[in-house]
Parts: sequence; C-alpha cells; structure tokens
Amino acid sequence: MSNIKNAFANNNKAFIAFITCGDPDLDTTKKIIYSMQNNGVDLIELGIPFSDPTAEGVVIQAANLRALTNGVTTDKIFNMVREIRNDIKIPLVFMTYANVIFSYGADKFIKTCSEIGIDGLIIPDLPFEEKEEFLPVCKKYNVDLISMIAPTSENRIAKIAKEAEGFIYIVSSLGVTGVRSEIKTDLNSIVNAIRKNNPDTPCAIGFGISTPEQAKTMAQIPGVNGVITGSAIIKIIAQHGTNAPDFVGEYVKSMKAALI
Amino acid sequence: MGKTRLIAETGAGQHGVAAATAAALMDMQCVVFMGIEDTQRQALNVYKMKLLGAEVIPVETGTGTLKDAVSEAMREWTSRIADTHYCLGSVMGPHPFPVIVRDFQAVISREIKEQILQRENKLPDIVTACVGGGSNAIGSFWHFIKDESVKLVGCEAAGKGVDTFETAATITTGRLGIFHGMKSYFCQDEYGQIAPVYSISAGLDYPGIGPEHAYLHDIGRAEYIPVTDEEAVCAFEYLSRTEGIIPAIESAHALSYAIKKAPELDKDKIIVVTISGRGDKDCSSVAKYRGENINE
Ligand SMILES: Cc1ncc(COP(=O)(O)O)c(C=O)c1O
Repeated sequence: MSNIKNAFANNNKAFIAFITCGDPDLDTTKKIIYSMQNNGVDLIELGIPFSDPTAEGVVIQAANLRALTNGVTTDKIFNMVREIRNDIKIPLVFMTYANVIFSYGADKFIKTCSEIGIDGLIIPDLPFEEKEEFLPVCKKYNVDLISMIAPTSENRIAKIAKEAEGFIYIVSSLGVTGVRSEIKTDLNSIVNAIRKNNPDTPCAIGFGISTPEQAKTMAQIPGVNGVITGSAIIKIIAQHGTNAPDFVGEYVKSMKAALI
Repeated sequence: MGKTRLIAETGAGQHGVAAATAAALMDMQCVVFMGIEDTQRQALNVYKMKLLGAEVIPVETGTGTLKDAVSEAMREWTSRIADTHYCLGSVMGPHPFPVIVRDFQAVISREIKEQILQRENKLPDIVTACVGGGSNAIGSFWHFIKDESVKLVGCEAAGKGVDTFETAATITTGRLGIFHGMKSYFCQDEYGQIAPVYSISAGLDYPGIGPEHAYLHDIGRAEYIPVTDEEAVCAFEYLSRTEGIIPAIESAHALSYAIKKAPELDKDKIIVVTISGRGDKDCSSVAKYRGENINE
C-alpha cells in the first residue's frame, strides 16, 4: 500500500486537485504545487500531457496542447517531481494515457515513479479488463493503480471495487472532463454498490465539480471520502498563466474550506 | 438495442455517407464527426451526408483529420450512450469493433474467391488493397489467409515519403503502442505522443493500423508497403485513362503497387486489386495536386 491513504486519514474529506504538468511551463507547475499544498490540498494528480487525450473536455485538451507545445516531456516531468518531492509531503499520483507509459517502457516508467515518490497512477484509457498490462509492474514497485467507476459501469462495479487500490475514482457523470452546472447522476446507488463490495478503500468523486457548494454536496454522500477538481483549476491557470499560483491557492483554500 | 441515433467518424467521407444512408433508411438520427481538413478536401461527401439527413460536425482539434474525428466520436459516445450507437468505420478501436467490422468486410474476399475460381479456376497469386485503419484490406484478405500461396499486400499511405514527417505509413515508420482502445502499431514520437501524420488521401491519413493487420505483419503472413502521394496520383490517372474507371485516391495506392509489380510477373499470374471506392470525391483534390483549380 502506498501513502495515498494519508490523504483520507482520520475521516478527512480530501480535496484532490488535478493539473497538467508544463501548463504553461514546468516552473509555474512547481509553484502551483507549493501553493496548493500551502492552502490545504490533500492529494495532487499530476497530468502528463498526451497528444490525444480522449477522456478530456476542451479545457484540459487545451492544457495538454499548451504543455506539449512548450516542449514538456515525461523525463522533464520526472525531474520536476524529483526537485520538489522533499518539500511536498502530500501523496502525488500521475494521471496520463496508456501510450505515454507503454512507449516509455512500463517497467522503466513505473520504477521511476516509485523512485521519485509517485504513489499512484490513473490511466483513463485503461479499462479494468486490460489492467494486467500494467498491474504486475505497479505491484512490483508499490505504486497503486487507481480504478475508475463511471455511471455506465453498472454490473462491473462489483469486480472493479473488490480489486481497487489507493482510492476509487468515481466519475460523477457521463461524458468527458469539464465543468458542469449540475450533477444529476444517482451517485448514492453507485457508492452503495461500491461499499457493498469494498468497505475500506477511499472513494473520491470527480468530473464536473467546480464550486465549493458542489464539493460539499458530493462529500456529504455517505461513503464518499473526497472530491476531485480539474477543469476549474486549469481554467484559472489558462487565465492567469505564470501568475496563476496565488489564484489557484485561493481557489484551493475555498474548496477545502467547504469540506471541513 | 433500442437505439435511435447513430454516430460515426469518417475520413474520406465514404463511411459517413454509408452511415447516413443506413440511418435514413432506418429513420434514425445521424451525426458524423469529420476532421475539418477532411471536410474541405472531401466536400462532395459532406454534401452527400447532409443530403441524406445527417449532421456533419467538423472537428478542429489536433490535425483536424481522421484520428481527431475518432477521438471526438468516442467523447460524444461517453456522454450519450443510452440512445446512441457508435458505428465505427474501420477495423480499429476497442474490441469488438475490429472483429465486427472485419466480419462485415470479409464479404469482399468471399466474393473475390468465388468469382476468380469461376472465371480462372484457380486462386489469385496476389491480393492487394489499401490500408487506412485496414477494413477493406482485412476484408480482401480474410478468406485467403489460409491459402498460403496467395500473397497478401497492404498498401499504406507514404504521403511525401517515409523519410519525411509528412507520412502515414504506420507499419513502415510506427512502433507498438496503445491508443484508441487498441494495442497495435502507431506513428508516434519517443515519448508516445501520437504523430501528426499526413497523406493526400483523407481515408488513409491515420496514425495507426487495425490490430489484426499488426498480427498478420508480425507473423509474416501479409506484407505492408508504403506508396507515396505522387505514385497514388499517377495510378489514379492511369486507371482512369486505360479502363475508364476513376478509382478513389485511397484505392489508387493499392493500384500503384499492382502497376509496379505486374511487369515482374509471368503473364498468367493473377493480381486482384480491391478498388474500395470511386474517385468522384477526389477529382478536385487531384486536380489541385496537379496545379489546377476546378471548383470555380
Ligand atoms: C475509398 C476508401 N478506401 C479505403 C479507405 C480506408 O479505410 P480502410 O483502411 O478501413 O479500408 C477509405 C477510408 O475512408 C476510403 O474512403
């Protein structure tokens, strides 16, 4: 087991933030990570950009493009994490697409994750049924492979939940990432189905959450241990560029306050 | 399945027109995703799709070509699955799409086999077809795979040449990867970023290849060769002039191989070339390639 559990310890309702590394540049990414930690974020998902991010809406697609256009690479991101890891105490996970890991060499990629203090991996285009592609390597290096459960998972929920590690990423709504004004999914019944099969692994809800009110509502669902925000943060970064760290910090503070 | 709405991606627009036709016949709603670049170079098919009642959504992300149209159709499907069926147009994407499409396309080799045995009383020596995702090619190969004497040749789009970045020749320039729900060969950089590929042919302008082709390549059962824009355009013109058949620019890639190969063979050898589509849609692009503007 990795350090991910620390984010949820003592019944803490975790605030989890997603950012794309290298958007707009790696130096700003570092400052954003520090600023988020100072303002109470519990876990950070570091996105390694991919040319064709099929699970993302327009906001995060644009962030991927900005980062890649600026020449960010997997190796540069590994180095960035190496440089900050002594100061950053919270759990960190990578979110990226299967080909980024596969083409680097799964063993080399995941071994490096373990060396630089990455606690888990989220791979949105890796279905549960194909996880053997990376799971044995993740186990070898003690990096949690985080499973996603969506409103369409239905009769797959039981098996996904049973084998879940780190935390369970509950996808709030149909569709790709992006801010939503309303979340109508019957999340109670999804969480119940998960809890019936796995009472322990923390659950966090993501996709579409942007306001403190939404975060609060989601976190109050029985069995839910945290919320994840991505696009709302990326929007702040897109607006403020290299000046974004303070603005992101403010935002994180307001989201975390709603969860206490 | 209770679905009332069809979505599809399309490169050259052929699959989009087919999906729109089927939807019109079944009284279903139809939405086709097409790279913005392709809506311009395949304008005739865009018009046909609209005529058939489909909505065509130009995709502006990435290179604005087939790969981006596939990504956008997948995104749409995740947001609207209850009433919508995704009718994928090639032997690619997540299982079971490659086998569903292959089973339908296999009618090509079934008919080739039946007809050639009737007329020539023997199997062909070579069967060749163009490869974008690889549906017409796998369909052309399928019933010959066990006939070891039949050489199977897939023709990939080399664009401006396999030694340039403006190419879509996946087997020649790509390597193993995981994308669009399949593990196969892809054109990509050292970090696994998918390459912005190029071909004059919208239907072959895709950075991957169906997984069954990757397998046929690995076991050596089929051969995959690159054909440039220039070679394809020459073959396009040649068949038009000599046979009165204007082939799709995609199919012209396979034709180019046959034209090059035939002189090396004895006269009684048989090469079957799959002409996967007609070339009306390509006349204005080929004219433009030759420096002529026929649209005004
Ligand atoms: C006429 C024609 N042939 C071939 C293709 C390539 O597709 P596939 O490789 O799946 O046969 C296309 C794609 O649009 C096409 O329009």
